[in-house]
Amino acid sequence: MNAAPGRFAVTLRDLERRFGDFVAVNRISLDVRQGEIFGFLGPNGAGKSTTIRMLCGLLEPSGGQGTVAGLDIRTQREEIKRSIGYMSQKFSLYDDLTVEENIDFFSGIYRVSKEKKAERKTWVLDMAHLQEHRRTLTGLLPGGWKQRLSLGCALLHEPRVLFLDEPTSGVDPLSRRSFWDLIYQLAGEGVTVFVTTHYMEEAEYCDRLGLIYRGELVALGTPGEMKGGLMTDQVLRVSCDRSHEALGVAATVDGVRDAALFGRDIHLMTEDAEALAPRLRQALEAAGFQVGAVERITPSLEDVFVSLIEARDRADGAQKEFKA
Amino acid sequence: MSGLNFRRLVAVARKEFIHVLRDPRALGIAIVLPMIMLMIFGYALTMDLDRVPLAVWDQSRTPQSRELVSRFEGSRYFSVVARPGSYGEVEDTLARGQTMMALVLPVEFGRRVASGRKVQVQVLTDGSDANTTTLAISYADAIVRNYSQEILVEKARQLTGRPPALPLDLRFRAWFNTDMESRIFIVPGLIAVIMMLIAALLTSLTVAREWETGTMEQLISTPLRGSELILGKLAPYFAIGMVDMLLSVLAGRFLFDVPIRGSLLLLFGVSAVYLVGALSLGILISAKAKTQLLASQFAFVATFLPAFLLSGFMFDIGNMPRALQVVTYLIPARYFVAFLRGLYLKGTGLAQLWPECLLMVAFGALMLLAAVRTFKKRLA
Repeated sequence: MNAAPGRFAVTLRDLERRFGDFVAVNRISLDVRQGEIFGFLGPNGAGKSTTIRMLCGLLEPSGGQGTVAGLDIRTQREEIKRSIGYMSQKFSLYDDLTVEENIDFFSGIYRVSKEKKAERKTWVLDMAHLQEHRRTLTGLLPGGWKQRLSLGCALLHEPRVLFLDEPTSGVDPLSRRSFWDLIYQLAGEGVTVFVTTHYMEEAEYCDRLGLIYRGELVALGTPGEMKGGLMTDQVLRVSCDRSHEALGVAATVDGVRDAALFGRDIHLMTEDAEALAPRLRQALEAAGFQVGAVERITPSLEDVFVSLIEARDRADGAQKEFKA
Repeated sequence: MSGLNFRRLVAVARKEFIHVLRDPRALGIAIVLPMIMLMIFGYALTMDLDRVPLAVWDQSRTPQSRELVSRFEGSRYFSVVARPGSYGEVEDTLARGQTMMALVLPVEFGRRVASGRKVQVQVLTDGSDANTTTLAISYADAIVRNYSQEILVEKARQLTGRPPALPLDLRFRAWFNTDMESRIFIVPGLIAVIMMLIAALLTSLTVAREWETGTMEQLISTPLRGSELILGKLAPYFAIGMVDMLLSVLAGRFLFDVPIRGSLLLLFGVSAVYLVGALSLGILISAKAKTQLLASQFAFVATFLPAFLLSGFMFDIGNMPRALQVVTYLIPARYFVAFLRGLYLKGTGLAQLWPECLLMVAFGALMLLAAVRTFKKRLA
């Protein structure tokens, strides 16, 4: 490995995973610094979980190399498992065990030392706000509480690197927020957090982001970099009535690269927003729509991702046509 | 790297104990099902034949014919339930299942017997169940033969003035099962079948459940080893299995009155070995199937049917076609059935039963090894 393992919690070089003919992860390379919150973004089926599973030693890579906590993901998988915490997408504690029994079980599995056992248990119960519910069956807890307990169990052995696979899916927004507070707290203590998500607002909480689409790493950078530099297109926001129908009209206007609904507004990707604005208003009004504000906006992360993904689809489409 | 960690094993075993104790279905399978099976098979699966429902049409109505009928009436193997007066009625009682056999004595029966001439006795049977029918016919044959012999003896006595000595005199004594009661034979074999089924059924769910609920993915991400997981999972089911064994032995002894002639220590020792094999087989099935439904169905087919049909429990292996006989060597229950019958009925020990015991040790070790080895700490 060329990257110094001391500085990086995760290093990947051309990591690849195939399932038969299907390439789930296609030559991904990236580095995650220690203590960083790294967000791994992408639509469902993009290869996020497959990547995280390879990093945690659950799946063998088909090609490429990687290290986690300085250990090789191909040859030192069992050593890696001792120094990481992993929270899978599916809730994965035992419903028929009480909160305390789940903690004790994982404490035993991770061989938390006798002296530390009680202290770590208290820490988890406090962190998850479950002190009064320690004897409650885990299956009876609300989703957000279960999630915090899962996180706690993954942290019993004080791992230096934490992998979270869509940790907040199916959790209400308030619990999601408090979950992220915990993640910040951990990162503050020097724990590296590698988290996958498809929630855009969560992406904003990360120190750095990687966007994965169809198994490929499409973009890599801080949320600021992504919004500023990565996007060549400008974004035009149009508010008008019957926006759903108007979308079809707007998409056909010359100079519009892509159109998408954002709430009641339409966001348009274009090379030159200033030039497009008057033409667009004209076209929509001619089609009988009541047009309100038409203005250029700073792209949101979602705009960036939609634009990057559309660009990738166009490139793939062109390639396919070329091949045909 | 190598070796297994005792703390992790204990953590898994504790968790599995809790699962079983909190799951009424698992407890049902573990404790209630074996008892139900023992009751059903122990009482219903008797191969003894008594009180065959019999129809008697005595057309002769003479002292001679009444004598023969009374011998049927006096036998514990028959009970006369109908007295038809025509072939139509005879057929009717057989067809309706009211009787299994009909005895028809011709009009000339009394006259011919009295005059020392040959006479035919007709027996009609419902041949649907060939085994039972054969048995019933042999009982009827014995009664008729006996009567006919007595007539001969009487005739000879009248001629010579003293009863003749019959040339051959059969004296038999059944060893091991002196009363020749089939439950004494069935219960030990039944224990082998039950243990195989329960053990495999119990563990077949455990690994598959972890795959289904997603907890397996979490376990794979920890330093837990396959051997620790499998042995940890086996521990509580082993305890349950031994309790089942104890319950079965107690039920056999006190409910069915089946005596144990051999050593109890050997009985439980070999059962433990057999149990480990059966439990490991369940784990093996579970790890391969990955869903609980498939695993439990497969466990049922893979353990119950062979143990029931091919172990020698139901059908004598010696009477099977050669090809099937070869197959039975692969059925571990075969050895356990043979072992249990030997120990229960004959009181034999390791001196005679060591080949069976050795093969069961091989089965247990092989299954355990296979279960531990199959479990890969990987998702795909």
